[in-house]
Amino acid sequence: MTATLPSVAGAAARLARRGRAVSIAGLIGVAAVFVLALRFTPVEARQGLPQKIFYLHVPAAWMALLAFTVVGIASIMFLWLRDSRLDLFAEATAEVGLVFSAVMLTTGPLWGKPVWGTWWQWDPRLTLTLFLFFLYVGYLALRSALHDPAERARFSAVVAILGLVLVPFVHLSVYLFRTIHPLPIVLKPSAPSLPGSMLRTLLIALAVNMVLGAGLLMMRYGVARAEAARGEVDGA
Amino acid sequence: MREAMRAALAIAGKDVRAELRSRTALVSALVFAALILVAFSFSRDPARLSAAALAPSALWITFAFAAMTALNRAFAVEREHGALDGLLLAPVAREAVFLGKLLANLAFVFTVEAVTLPLFVVFFNAPVGPVLGGIAITSVLATVGFVAVGTLFSAMTVRTRFAELMLPVLLLPFMIPPLIGAVQVTARLLSGRPLSEVSAWLRLLAVYDVVVVTFALLLFSAVVDE
Repeated sequence: MTATLPSVAGAAARLARRGRAVSIAGLIGVAAVFVLALRFTPVEARQGLPQKIFYLHVPAAWMALLAFTVVGIASIMFLWLRDSRLDLFAEATAEVGLVFSAVMLTTGPLWGKPVWGTWWQWDPRLTLTLFLFFLYVGYLALRSALHDPAERARFSAVVAILGLVLVPFVHLSVYLFRTIHPLPIVLKPSAPSLPGSMLRTLLIALAVNMVLGAGLLMMRYGVARAEAARGEVDGA
Repeated sequence: MREAMRAALAIAGKDVRAELRSRTALVSALVFAALILVAFSFSRDPARLSAAALAPSALWITFAFAAMTALNRAFAVEREHGALDGLLLAPVAREAVFLGKLLANLAFVFTVEAVTLPLFVVFFNAPVGPVLGGIAITSVLATVGFVAVGTLFSAMTVRTRFAELMLPVLLLPFMIPPLIGAVQVTARLLSGRPLSEVSAWLRLLAVYDVVVVTFALLLFSAVVDE
C-alpha cells in the first residue's frame, strides 16, 4: 500500500463528484428519452399510449437484473480475494440495483392496470423481480444491522451468493405455476420482433439508464470508499 | 468422511439431548404451530371458502412459521457462554459442524411437523390418511431446503441486533420455491390425484435441496471463520 489515507479519501471524493456529474447527465438523458418516446416513436397499435412506459420499465428491469448479477459476482470474488473494495462495490451496486428495481416495480403496475386490467399478477417475471427487490432489501438490512466491517462483508456476501442461487428456482417454480407476462420481444433466440423505430428508442433508453446507473454507482462507491477511509483514521 | 459424519452426529445429538432436557423450545413451537392452525381456521369466510380449499396453504404456512421459530434459536443457544467458539475450536471440519446443526434443526422441525399434522387433520377434516406417504415425502423434500438455508442464516443473524426479525426477512424469499411446490403437491394429493402427477414438483424440490445444502456447506466457513 503506497497510497496514504488522505489520498485514498481524496480519490474517493473525486470519484463521487464525477459520479454526480455522470448521474446528472444520465437523468437528462432519461428526460430526453421521454421526449423521444412520446414525440418521435410510433404509438403501439393495440396497447396505445400505455405502451410508452415500456421505454422506462424494460431498461430499469434489465439494469436491476444486471446489478443483481454484479452484486453476486462481486460477492463471490470477495470471498475468494478478501479485498474490502469488492465488498464496498457490491454494497454500492446493491443500492443502485434497489433504485432500478423500485422503478421497475412502480412502472410495471402502472402499465398493467390499463393493459392487463390488473395491477399485479403472480407471473414468473413479476415474482422474480419482486424477489430481487426483497433480496436487495434483506441484503442491505443485514448490512445495516452489523457493526464489524469484516463480519458485515462476509455475511452479506453469503446472502448475495445464495440469492443468485435462488433466482432460477423462483423463476422455475412460478413458471410451473402460470404465466401471462408478455414474452420477450428483444432478448430471444430469433431476431427481435419489436419494430425498428421502437427498438431504437428502447436501446437509447437502455444506454441512458446505463449512464445513470454508472453515475449513481460511482457516486455511491466513492462515498463508501471515503467512509471506509475515515473509519480507518478514526480506528487508528 | 466417516470422521466428519460421526462429528456431525455428535453435534446433532448434543442439541437434541439439550432440547429433550428442557423441552421449552419444542413445546412452545408446538403450541405456536397449533395456534397458527387455529388462526387459519378462523381466517376464512366459511360460506365462501371451504376448509378443503384453504387446507394446503394453512398447513404449509404453519410449517414454515414454526420452522422459523426453531431456526431462530438454533445458534442463539450456541452464543451463550461462547459455546460456538468452543465448538469451532474442536478439531472437526466446518462442514461437519454445519451438518450437525442442520440435522438437529431438521429433527426439531420434523417433530413439530409430525405433531402438527394430526391437528391439521382434525381442524381441517383433511383426508391425509390415504396419502400419508406422499405427504411425508413432500414434507421431507420441502423442509430440508429451507432449513438448510435457515441454519446458515441463523448463524449470521444471531450476531445482529433484531435477530428474530432479521432471520425471517432474509429467509422468507428462500422459503418460497419449496412452499410453492409443497402447496401444489399437497393440494393435488389431498384431492386424490396420484403421486405421478406431481413428479415434476417433487423433482424440483429435490434439486433445490441438493443445490442449497451444497451451497450452505460451502459457505458456512465464510460465516464462522474470521
